[in-house]
Amino acid sequence: MLRDVANWIERLLGLDPATFAYSWITSVVVIGVMALVAFVFIAFFAGPVTWWERRLAGRIQSRIGPNRVGPQGVLQWLADGIKCFLKEDLIPAQADKGLYMFAPYLVFGGYMATFAVLPFGANLIAADLDVGLLYLLAITGLVVIGSLMAGWSSNNKWALFGGIRSAAQLVSYEIPSAFSLMSVVLAAGTMSMQGIIRQQGAWPWDWFVFRNPFLFLAFFLSLTSSIAEGNRTPFDLPEGESELVAGYHVEYSGMRFLWFMFAEWGNLWVIASIATVCFLGGWQIPGMSPAEIAASTGLAFWGWQALTLGVFVAKASVLVAFVIQVRWTLPRLRVDQLMITCWKYLVPGALFCLAGVLVLLAVVPENGIADWALRGVSLAAGLAIAVAYVWKTRAAYMADRDLYRRMEGKELWYPPFRLP
Amino acid sequence: MTDPVVSAMVFYALATFTLVAAGFVALSNNIVHSAFALFATLFGMAGLYAFLSADLLAIVQMLVYVGGISVLVLFAVMLTSGLDDSRHSNSTTRLAGGIAVLLAVAAAAFVAASAVPSGTESAITPMTALIGDALLGRFVLPFEVVSVVLLAALLGGVTLARGVKGGDR
Repeated sequence: MLRDVANWIERLLGLDPATFAYSWITSVVVIGVMALVAFVFIAFFAGPVTWWERRLAGRIQSRIGPNRVGPQGVLQWLADGIKCFLKEDLIPAQADKGLYMFAPYLVFGGYMATFAVLPFGANLIAADLDVGLLYLLAITGLVVIGSLMAGWSSNNKWALFGGIRSAAQLVSYEIPSAFSLMSVVLAAGTMSMQGIIRQQGAWPWDWFVFRNPFLFLAFFLSLTSSIAEGNRTPFDLPEGESELVAGYHVEYSGMRFLWFMFAEWGNLWVIASIATVCFLGGWQIPGMSPAEIAASTGLAFWGWQALTLGVFVAKASVLVAFVIQVRWTLPRLRVDQLMITCWKYLVPGALFCLAGVLVLLAVVPENGIADWALRGVSLAAGLAIAVAYVWKTRAAYMADRDLYRRMEGKELWYPPFRLP
Repeated sequence: MTDPVVSAMVFYALATFTLVAAGFVALSNNIVHSAFALFATLFGMAGLYAFLSADLLAIVQMLVYVGGISVLVLFAVMLTSGLDDSRHSNSTTRLAGGIAVLLAVAAAAFVAASAVPSGTESAITPMTALIGDALLGRFVLPFEVVSVVLLAALLGGVTLARGVKGGDR
């Protein structure tokens, strides 16, 4: 991909890529531009999502949320960003200055590095590594080290507790996360992100999540453990406000604080797109095979790229909304409950899925009657869960609305665009 | 990355990074700084593996050493009291030990340099499947023996951590 783009640019400049002596300059420029694109994407994703999350949280908790900056408050994230830019970058006198200043970049760098292998469309990926999925699991090591570094160098007991909790949690939940994604690797026969997507189809019954009951279970295990790895509620013990104030970033202010926030909300996209790639069929479009997309040329090629990008973003956004809703619905776990969830339920569950997928791969021939029966069962279970989920959400809203009407004597804001 | 200029640039950048970090591990007065520098050294080595187109090795280095061992070392260091005292390291064999290690490393480097053919260019080949086949085919016995050893270590750790039933722990 990298070299393709560089060759294309060289041809655009009237140079022959085969004989051009300074092609390393174009390579370096392309690498720089790709990193910049990823960075801009994180900034423009993380920012608006903070607003989205706060509005959703407000709705779930029967309050309003930010609605003053711009129409419905959509520009709140810009105001917050400018505020953080202008704030003093405070460094505690007793902090370990070098490590303190470096830690936010390490955490942010760890999340940004994942964007190197995350696909956005049929050909929109920075590097389709042969070991892409393993790379995603491995690179979180930077985040662990970064949060430990932030916690220790702040020279603050809350921060140290937060950092150690965060590291312990990340290291523990890496295991169920890796095992549940490994079932996908077994089913796909590859660890490359695009390869995993190509092994699935565009229709739901071709997605890995509905391939068989074990992969169906693995989807939920993987999503749970990646939420835990992202330190999000119900697993946000490292930041638990009631005990640790804010965890490992308690001492940070201004721009350095903002790097942590970028990483935290950028990670929402990482969670959602790993699940989309591994279980929900990625960017596949019905009726259009990946080979046909790759074979198209010119404007059609870019049209397909845009369309696949749209499909991928739509799927990932639904998951992002779900993860946000989970955050504002479930209470925080205790430390012992956190460890019990991981070691007594998620790890054995993920191993069970792995073994089940292995057995099914060996026993059930693809596209046979048994295969389609398994797909049907999984799809039915998925549909039932989706319907129950929507139904429960609606019922909760209705109950809330009736209560509000009885208490206040007026209508609750509905639909969402008519918020006060 | 077949371009020689880019290759040289990347190699020297990675090698310098790794060596500087390794020097910091050895020479820093603050043991926590040493632990963080150890992480940087291991990370730089992962970069070197990736540069030598051993992609799986690089990722496994990241997964095991950067994400696992470094974190364990950091935990151990952070939970040790009296961190600011630089005399915690073993000072009895300071000079003699240093010279001995230096000689041993030099000898190992000499052997390695003379044993490995140099100057062979190879394109990046996907090796993951080959390594998987080798591990579960030709080398399955050593692989399984290693996993038994690891299992024994794990059980030993659990037994030690649990303490004696009815004991005072």
